[in-house]
Amino acid sequence: MGVGITVKDLDAWYGTHQTLFKISLDIPANQATALIGPSGCGKSTFVRCLNRMHETNASGRVDGTVRIGAMDIYKDAAPVEIRRRVGMVFQRPNPFPTMSIYENVASGLKLNGFRNRRVLDEIVERSLKHAALWEEVKDDLRRKSGASLSGGQQQRLCIARALAVDPEVLLMDEPASALDPVSTAKIEDLIFELKSQYTIVIVTHNMQQAARVAERTGFFLSGKLVEFDVTHKIFTNPGDKRTEDYITGRFG
Amino acid sequence: MEQQLPRSNNSTTRNLVDHVATGLAVLSTILVVTPLVAIFAYLLFKGASSLNLAFFTQVPKPVGEVGGGMANAILGSGIILAIASLMGVPVGIAAGIYLAEFGRNTRFANVVRFTADVLNGVPSIVMGIAVYSLIVLPQKHFSAFSGGVALGIMMIPTITRTTEEMLVMVPNSVREAALGLGLPNWRSVLSITLRTASPGVITGCMLAFARVAGETAPLLFTAFGNSFWSTNLNQPIAALPLQIYIYAISPYDDWHRLAWAGALVLILLIVVSVALVRYVASRGTLKGAA
Repeated sequence: MGVGITVKDLDAWYGTHQTLFKISLDIPANQATALIGPSGCGKSTFVRCLNRMHETNASGRVDGTVRIGAMDIYKDAAPVEIRRRVGMVFQRPNPFPTMSIYENVASGLKLNGFRNRRVLDEIVERSLKHAALWEEVKDDLRRKSGASLSGGQQQRLCIARALAVDPEVLLMDEPASALDPVSTAKIEDLIFELKSQYTIVIVTHNMQQAARVAERTGFFLSGKLVEFDVTHKIFTNPGDKRTEDYITGRFG
Repeated sequence: MEQQLPRSNNSTTRNLVDHVATGLAVLSTILVVTPLVAIFAYLLFKGASSLNLAFFTQVPKPVGEVGGGMANAILGSGIILAIASLMGVPVGIAAGIYLAEFGRNTRFANVVRFTADVLNGVPSIVMGIAVYSLIVLPQKHFSAFSGGVALGIMMIPTITRTTEEMLVMVPNSVREAALGLGLPNWRSVLSITLRTASPGVITGCMLAFARVAGETAPLLFTAFGNSFWSTNLNQPIAALPLQIYIYAISPYDDWHRLAWAGALVLILLIVVSVALVRYVASRGTLKGAA
């Protein structure tokens, strides 16, 4: 089951350049929350702060509090532990190129020392089914490389890989921006399916996508959270002029 | 409204230029490959006639006796190269991992890179003398072990630099995917990044191996050579390049023939071992793997 995320006064920097300013918001459990905003507004940096990926960048620095469920991720736990609870899907599909489809999905468990073959087989099948990829790859699981799939399939493979470690939160950083409309629709259907079990945070450039999949939407601009509300309200009756300008296409 | 690209060249000159360029490329390729083929053909021509079963089963005959073989030198080369690889491959790969994944832009890493490049350029005879004073002199005897160490040290810089280059070429998105799954950094480096780069890393190891397999100079003061059977790592040991060298500068026709045969066998052994490693490494390759 998913858990809620509480962010309080989050600041983030690259070196001396501050990219996030005092972000505070509550992301509810078992819903999809979309983050929109123009390029460079900090929405990607923000999701990367939720699983401590931001600090894998040599100059990345973070201040503030992020609670995932009851855990204060910058105080109570090591990054490795957090990332097992908070899965991530990246903008460009990034399957491990030298691994088979099966190995890709099993990698998170296997490389963390999980060895039970029978259970692994089950988890791989379940994760691929969950990611709506099973039917397309079940005959080539061990024969084909993850890199041999199409872009859309690769992205679903990456989703399956993230799901296999059974996270509580799934962060998606523009998961469909490199995909064609058919693959995009599949990913969106998937988000719809998955949010009953996971808390989903999705960064997107595509406002229709946000409107389709997310219960709540946050609008970022220049490193600040301008507005965060129920998706319907953001798109029909935004409380801030800047939000309105953005969603009506007046800039960005 | 139709806009056309400027057509300054008519198609005849364009085709002509195309043909000339292609011709030059083919010519260069032939120029590069010809010496290689010529050497191999000449070796086959000179060496093959002296190859027989005795060459692979017998040790050298005393001066004046006809016949004999290089069985001890083939085995000796195998032993020395095994020691060299056991030493050079792990150290070289580990150093390459350090440079690419951990040290990257540190001062220390730059010093290591510079040192490796200099080490790569050190004449091999100097390497022999260095190991001679570090190992042979204190031990007071030549040995197979010291020969292996000399060749092992020579393998390190090549392996280190190629490993580093191959790892740097692995896209960052692959590292992020691994870390995003909650893998510790060391696990991500060994099981994901290194594995992704492995075809190139293996090529680097094979290059280093092939290069030192033919080295004579570093063995002169270390493995020294031996006319008899020896598998003792603490004793002088025969090696193919050494044996070829000794036979080639001798005044006897019979020894000259054996030297040609030895050179042929040396090249064949290198080709076979490189092909074998490639085959084993590629067996795990999947359909459509990058």
